Amino acid sequence: MKTQVVVIGGGPAGMCAALSASKTGAKVVLVERDEVLGGILNQCIHNGFGLHYFHEELTGPEFAHRFRIMVEADKNIKVLTNTLVTKIEDKKVQIMGKNGFEEIEAQAVVLAMGCRERTAGNISLCGTRPMGIVTAGVAQKMVNIDGKMIGKDIVILGSGDIGLIMARRLTLEGAKVHAVFEINSTSSGLRRNIMQCLEDFDIPLFFNTTIFEVVGKDRVEGVYYGQVDKNFQPIESTRKFLKCDTVVLSVGLIPEMYIAPDTITCKTTGGAIVNEFYQTDKPWLFCCGNILHVHDLVDNVALEAEQAGKFASLYALGKLPTQSKSLPVVAGEGVSYVLPYSVFEGQGKVEFKLRLKTKVVRKNLVAKCGANILGKKFVLAGVPGEMLKFEIEKNGASDKIVVEIE
Amino acid sequence: MERQMICIMCPMGCNLTVKEQDGQITVTGNGCNRGVVFAKEEISCPKRIVTTSVKTKNGVKSVKTTASIPKSLIFDCVKEIEKLRLKDAKFGQIIIKNVLNTGADVVVTANE
Repeated sequence: MKTQVVVIGGGPAGMCAALSASKTGAKVVLVERDEVLGGILNQCIHNGFGLHYFHEELTGPEFAHRFRIMVEADKNIKVLTNTLVTKIEDKKVQIMGKNGFEEIEAQAVVLAMGCRERTAGNISLCGTRPMGIVTAGVAQKMVNIDGKMIGKDIVILGSGDIGLIMARRLTLEGAKVHAVFEINSTSSGLRRNIMQCLEDFDIPLFFNTTIFEVVGKDRVEGVYYGQVDKNFQPIESTRKFLKCDTVVLSVGLIPEMYIAPDTITCKTTGGAIVNEFYQTDKPWLFCCGNILHVHDLVDNVALEAEQAGKFASLYALGKLPTQSKSLPVVAGEGVSYVLPYSVFEGQGKVEFKLRLKTKVVRKNLVAKCGANILGKKFVLAGVPGEMLKFEIEKNGASDKIVVEIE
Repeated sequence: MERQMICIMCPMGCNLTVKEQDGQITVTGNGCNRGVVFAKEEISCPKRIVTTSVKTKNGVKSVKTTASIPKSLIFDCVKEIEKLRLKDAKFGQIIIKNVLNTGADVVVTANE
């Protein structure tokens, strides 16, 4: 099979990248391993999606539905569902679908496979491994798609957004959520979710607290938990026991890079290093969405994927302009990472996406090239859990750009 | 009376300060007018959109209320939805009209 752009992953990033690539003029093949397009949105049945993109409040399945209709109506996009990518090598994508093994030859490839959850093993959770330890996303799929309840007495470790959403969801389904433990002193979830998922239902959230040990042979019987010191080491004198039958883990997401070809990745995000065209060190390989860096809002995923899809399409058509000198973009004081990791010298605007290292109140975010200030943004209240966008003018930049908190 | 709250109207999550003096309510910290509407409602009758799922012959389908309903009715609303066993549920189909007299309908949000 031959095409111009292959997009891997049929979630919000993949659908938007495919639509945008097609709109820019390329023939597109969109590969999805599940039966239907939509990705994780299909199991995110809560509302709050689409406020930025569609200017109305939608649930996850409704948000996915809007893009799915557009993808299905687009004659330049060929959708392959129930199809797994087994290898990506030099613009060739090997797939396994209903016709067995096949190869797609393309001019550009967009990775949009999202991320996966960190598990009990990833965080070296102490204790036994009985039934009843589930990641929040798996719990969400079981409850919302399969209609199966996961337990009655729940403890949630980690206060990421999916964990908070599941605290409310499991409560509505009749379970008792006894506590949410967060090892850090702030939540990585959105503030609005702490309010409407925990406070609305009187679910306690304990900071600087973690599970010391899971107890149970066949089924989870409880957890020992307590506070941690500033090096995240358990303070044994605070050790307590809490009876429960289920532990839900919401302890972070990792970009799903296992099938990706060798490419330089960022230590902080786990995703590929890309330039302002979302292009990796392999010029034909583009990345967008959660495989690049974990987003808090799907609206931002959609916008990013539209950009990546457009540039991948231009590259495939041989229309991507050759660029001048590449200027590295570096995360400075108080900033954990900045995307893109490099921009091209020249004129025009560029939008940075970044996360802060710690909570920031009433400070300026600046982008500097040497002593030359390229842009400034006032941050009223910023937390690591919420991605910031920062648009600057490139004018005058001729060397490394540092983005930091003043 | 002064109350701090987080606006849940959009993911910005503005920190609102709501002051009530002589029957006058003033809201500060809001990024847009939706924050004022939210804060005023939050101190008189807090409301939420409810999302849950309904049982069908083949499993479950996700549903939502078409408008926010009083917070105190969330569990009753979920119970009403739990009573149902649908043969089939199509995207956008109304499964309960005017649930608990709130003015909101319950509609199917899953699309396949």
